[in-house]
Amino acid sequence: MSGLSSAATSIRQNRGLYGALALLVLLYLVYNILHPRGFSSAVLIQNANESVAIVFLAMAQTIPVLLGGLDLSVGAVMTLAACIASVLVNGSPFQIIFGMLVTLAAGTAFGFCNGLIVVYGRLQPIIATLATGAIAMGLALFIRPKPGGDIDGDLNWALTNSLWDFVDTYGLFNPDAAWFAPFSWIPVPLLIVGVIGAGVWIPFRRTVMGRTIYAIGSAEGAAYMSGLPIDRAKIAAFTLAGFFASCGGLYLAIQTASGNADITQAGAYTLNSIAAVVLGGTSLLGGIGGAIGSMIGALILRVMSFYFRILSIDPLLQPLVEGVVLLVAVSLGAFGVLRIKNRLELFR
Amino acid sequence: MSDQPFLQLAGISKHFAGTRALENVDFACDRGTIHAVLGENGAGKSTLIKIISGVLKPDAGTMKLDGETVEFSRPSEANAAGVVCIFQELSLVPDLTVADNISLANPPRRLGMIDRRAQRQFAESILARIKCEDVDPNALVRDLSLSRRQMVEIAKALGKSPRLLILDEATSALTRNDVETVYELLAELRQDNVASLFISHRMNEVERLCDTLSVFRNGRHVETFAKGARSDRDIVRLMIGREVDAQFPPKPAAGARAPRLTIENLSWENRLKGASLTVGKGEIVGLGGLDGQGQKELMLALFGVLRGVEGQVRVGARAGIPASPVEAKSAPSRICLVPEDRKTEGLMLPMSIADNLLAASYAKVSSGPFIDPGRERSLVDDAIAKLHIKVGSPQDAVATLSGGNQQKVVIAKWLMTDPEVILLNDPTRGIDVGTKQEIYRLMRQLADEGRAILFYSTDYAELIGCCDRVVIMYDGAVVTELSGEAINEEAIVAASLNITSSSMESVS
Repeated sequence: MSGLSSAATSIRQNRGLYGALALLVLLYLVYNILHPRGFSSAVLIQNANESVAIVFLAMAQTIPVLLGGLDLSVGAVMTLAACIASVLVNGSPFQIIFGMLVTLAAGTAFGFCNGLIVVYGRLQPIIATLATGAIAMGLALFIRPKPGGDIDGDLNWALTNSLWDFVDTYGLFNPDAAWFAPFSWIPVPLLIVGVIGAGVWIPFRRTVMGRTIYAIGSAEGAAYMSGLPIDRAKIAAFTLAGFFASCGGLYLAIQTASGNADITQAGAYTLNSIAAVVLGGTSLLGGIGGAIGSMIGALILRVMSFYFRILSIDPLLQPLVEGVVLLVAVSLGAFGVLRIKNRLELFR
Repeated sequence: MSDQPFLQLAGISKHFAGTRALENVDFACDRGTIHAVLGENGAGKSTLIKIISGVLKPDAGTMKLDGETVEFSRPSEANAAGVVCIFQELSLVPDLTVADNISLANPPRRLGMIDRRAQRQFAESILARIKCEDVDPNALVRDLSLSRRQMVEIAKALGKSPRLLILDEATSALTRNDVETVYELLAELRQDNVASLFISHRMNEVERLCDTLSVFRNGRHVETFAKGARSDRDIVRLMIGREVDAQFPPKPAAGARAPRLTIENLSWENRLKGASLTVGKGEIVGLGGLDGQGQKELMLALFGVLRGVEGQVRVGARAGIPASPVEAKSAPSRICLVPEDRKTEGLMLPMSIADNLLAASYAKVSSGPFIDPGRERSLVDDAIAKLHIKVGSPQDAVATLSGGNQQKVVIAKWLMTDPEVILLNDPTRGIDVGTKQEIYRLMRQLADEGRAILFYSTDYAELIGCCDRVVIMYDGAVVTELSGEAINEEAIVAASLNITSSSMESVS
């Protein structure tokens, strides 16, 4: 088999992903052209900062969706993690790192519990996580009844600016060194998303556990008959979702230098995470798609909202426009239905 | 080899919700043999292999493998012991690639991650072994044709290096060349001292391949014998048992009947290739042939489920193919379809018996948008009384009924619409003998009322006993039509295999 034909196969099998990527590139190019200070590091940094949380949440949502489920607790887990971080992430470097680890561990453990409840409680993911999401919100309110908190200022500055600022803040080496110049403009938030996304998701996808998640969403009966570890994979899926959600929460706390147990915000994040997953080409029926697509989907949603700032569109129209764009984008993916010759297959 | 058989079952029983699937079965199978398991539908073959391969747990009895008692509680445990089954319903994951599927549960790994290169090479080597080099290991299973998928399924089983390989109708969808390949493969495996259990309805396959034959009937193991020890006629008798006659209502004398349903040159995708037949007023026409020759698609096409059907259909005075089930069931067509799978296509299992009965006829019991409870109750009570459905209360969930009574609910639902043409897709599958006989009587009664019935069955005895005429489908078309005395087992089997021997009394 030639490399060319396998590349063609890969493109055909990932149409949704490549389509979303093309849309994102187009949207962002036009955005920069229209922006008075377009194509500058400052704009990129600001945009990246505002995208991290939703990108992580979209990745979190992807994994339960691949199973054929939904996780309605991701926004709440993110909020819980942000509130924990707003208490713990300060003090000595050791305390800061400890606080970050505790934050991530708490979200991961919460996801693990979601998995246990879904598998051993035999509950539908959507209702189980609706309930646990409310619990997470309650815990978040308990930790932080009023918005506020204390996040290490250096950390806030270092993680929300370019690599140059990161190196400068911690005095790692001379940030003006000639060899560093080609990289110094890269926004740190972009790097965080890239490293965690690529470092966790891509290897995970290539484990038996990751494959089992796809198999369950695609044909659970066949997965069982093939002797795959179904229960463990479901628990792993929700655990990983909790981990990504807490990554989002941790970053949100660092970025805003505070924690805020905002119920409305948590709900909006959850719903946007589902929209991002669908935009990124993952099927809500499960089995098809991936977290990379969801990252792209989340970025598309964010870039759309940036447009409202630079074009003088009434911000009140924002939900309306976003809804229409989402509907159109998702409809493009539904054209396959028209090719189905046996209508009974529509219901399978 | 030791004296002890490789696989030994003793006293295995299994019951489902009151019906007996297996009763006190003793069974043994040796390494280095190909062992056929024969029996009618519902004889317990599927239950047997599901127990051997760890899908079901027996209610009683023990299983020994290689002299050791084993108890499999899931398929993965059976696989680990070298028991691998190729199931009829494919166990492939459609959204993963061929290579992923072949080494699904236990892929080659490096540093904990799947080694995709090794996995692809493994898939290529196995596909080459079964002469499927044309299958791209990177293709998604969903993009493959049914016959290729079945070959991938076989590749997947081979990849697990089985000691006991079970093939459940594994050749039903294969092309002729692939079937030859599978035969060669099985012969090779016999050389390698693998035990194979072969479940098939095709007698010629069994004759050609197998060394030993076991016959099952009504959940019991009737007899095991070496190939050649019994004639085909004896085997059929063993499969059917003694109670063949007198379970069907008498047929009326054949006569000229006005055609009610006429089909000409019906084609769809590559599953229907110019099928033509007619069903007269008051006539029961059997639709026979091997599984998957287009019978189901024919019925779905008539009921308006398929898109892009070509050909002519005439129902009474109305010409044209119905565009949807709604159009099919309404006047002037008035067609109804009792579907293949009653649990997914026939019934809404969690809903009540009454709701299911009314599902196709809400217009009859409604005034404007509201359902009239009085009319609803009287229609439901009539239907239950007419078909003798055994219910506690019509408000119970239909899932609480036995299989036979569920099927009666499906039939009663459609009779409520007063259909002119009744399409029955294997309506007696998985149903007890008593209910079967009631359904046969009902069919005759409906025909006598002047309705046209097209009746697909995988059970030859039903086709012979119930039908005024039988048409046999092969490869998407009607190849033979039998009527009167010509409807007999040999003729049906020969036509199903598309053998046109001059000694067969076929009328076409």
